[in-house]
Amino acid sequence: MIFPLCFALFVVGLYCVLTKKNVIKIVIGLTIMEYSVNLFLVLLGYKKGASFSDVQAPIIEPVTNLDDFFMKAVDPLPQAMVLTSIVIGLGVTALAIAICIRLYQRYGTFDISKMRRLKG
Amino acid sequence: MIELLPLFIAIPLGGAFLITLTAWKLKRLADILGVCASLPLLVLALLCIGNRGVYHIGAFLAPLGINLVLDGFSIILLVIVNVISFMAILYSISYMEQYTAKYKYYALFLLMVGGMNGVVLTGDMFNLFVFLEIASIASYALVAFGCEHEELEASFKYLVLGSIGSTFILLGVAVLYGLTGYLNMASIAQAVASMEKTWLFSFASVLFLVGFGIKAALVPFHPWLPDAHPSAPAPISAMLSGVLIKALGVYAITRVVFNVLGATSLFGIIIMVLGVLSMTIGVFLAVGQWDFKRLLAYHSISQMGYVVLGLGLGMFIIANKGPTLVAGMAIFGGLFHLANHAVFKSLLFLCSGSVEYQTGTRQLKELGGLQEKMPVTRVSCTIASLSIAGIPPLNGFWSKLIIVIATVQAAFLYPSMLILTAITILVSFVTLISFLKVLRYVFLGELPSLFKNIKDSSLFMCASLVMLSLLCISMGLLLIPGLRSVVFDPAVEVLKQGLDYGKQILTGL
Repeated sequence: MIFPLCFALFVVGLYCVLTKKNVIKIVIGLTIMEYSVNLFLVLLGYKKGASFSDVQAPIIEPVTNLDDFFMKAVDPLPQAMVLTSIVIGLGVTALAIAICIRLYQRYGTFDISKMRRLKG
Repeated sequence: MIELLPLFIAIPLGGAFLITLTAWKLKRLADILGVCASLPLLVLALLCIGNRGVYHIGAFLAPLGINLVLDGFSIILLVIVNVISFMAILYSISYMEQYTAKYKYYALFLLMVGGMNGVVLTGDMFNLFVFLEIASIASYALVAFGCEHEELEASFKYLVLGSIGSTFILLGVAVLYGLTGYLNMASIAQAVASMEKTWLFSFASVLFLVGFGIKAALVPFHPWLPDAHPSAPAPISAMLSGVLIKALGVYAITRVVFNVLGATSLFGIIIMVLGVLSMTIGVFLAVGQWDFKRLLAYHSISQMGYVVLGLGLGMFIIANKGPTLVAGMAIFGGLFHLANHAVFKSLLFLCSGSVEYQTGTRQLKELGGLQEKMPVTRVSCTIASLSIAGIPPLNGFWSKLIIVIATVQAAFLYPSMLILTAITILVSFVTLISFLKVLRYVFLGELPSLFKNIKDSSLFMCASLVMLSLLCISMGLLLIPGLRSVVFDPAVEVLKQGLDYGKQILTGL
């Protein structure tokens, strides 16, 4: 159930990018798309029955019962991937906003349909 | 040799860091550091030819750690990336004098090169995405480097489409991870080989196709390219057109489809259709252009169509268990054209940069009669134009010939393939027409009185033009069986092996 919702969020972001005229709204749409994928990645690592109170990270106490630990712990790899992808998303968003500011300085508007110097 | 593989990523990233740290005050230092970073990369890439192997980063073995894989297919791209980037850096020593903040340019340039080297070498899906984003973000910033109306508009368009492509790729990686439980390409390939293909698998394939298709500017996904390539400074146009769309787009899609997902005949047909669309639509849009660089950008789309057509044809024949000789020929044609296109298209973009640098315009109608004023540019531009149009002794002819022969041979098996032959030859003629127009309007005709006092480009610019022209003339020699078996045959072999390739990487090459 939660995966289709996640995909719906992705489609919402894509719709926002494709239909909005304001450049800032387009950047927000891109961010929504990125976050939906991040959410999807974290959800992939979730395991039924995993809970925070039962299992502690092995960094605090050495794990005694490995099988039990593997049954209850979530997959940590997607979390590492999500961290990386959030940082990348930050870079893209920062660059996009910087370009938006420069666009506003040049054209005096945020409306993408008024920026039409390139044709053909 | 294999121990040196991380240097391909470390040298450009370290160089970019050093340049931003030290060169903001001393202008010459940025030039020196830029050349110092790209020359060893060029030497290392040439030394790699003929080698193969796997490097495990941090000595973590394959399914757990990230590995860098050097094989025939990576080597071709590695050599192209580093040769063209060295030429472009040499060229930008003089060309970038017209911009301020040259050191920022070099830092972004080296980041882009580092990202592309990483994409070409990595054997891990998520790592591929990370390097792809490094290269893409640097290229978004470089397209906007002039900070004028057109540059910013083109860069924003490129950024939006490029980010959508990257997000699709990341979603594809996530779905594939959920299906197989691996991120390593070799392990995924093995899991895919023994897996039942569900609709989720097809969904991931489509996501990869769209994502990499946007990066490669195949026709339904191309609108960013004709804006972004002309707006960037000339050496960056040469890098974007010559290398970036190949490393990020065509290399990545070929690697993923052949060696990770496995070739299917449906995929082959889709890729061939995209190739044919790119070829024809790109070339017909190019003929009507009057902006020098925009015309070249549309030709990039068209020529990438040739590459993709060759690779798709090979995939189709492999998937249908056809004769491997024909498949090998088609793949070889595609790869050879990829290498040739990198050389002549970057040469053409550098020539257009020289013309723009001296005259201040790139409208074909305002130019004319430059043949006596700019002899070096004229000769190298003529060589590159004849090469892209496929005139016999030059490199573009040989690769197009091989693709045409491959389509004819395929037509013996599937008669409908004959239409591909017809389209390839037709597109080649239209390309010739449009480049005759370029040569006629830029170098022949009457010299406008405005340009009475112009000179040819400076030493460094001419040096890279001449070197690339020599490459254009001599690359036909790669067809000689001795050279071919060293350079291209390992690459064709890698792609023909398909999913079995994963087994080899895991056991060590």
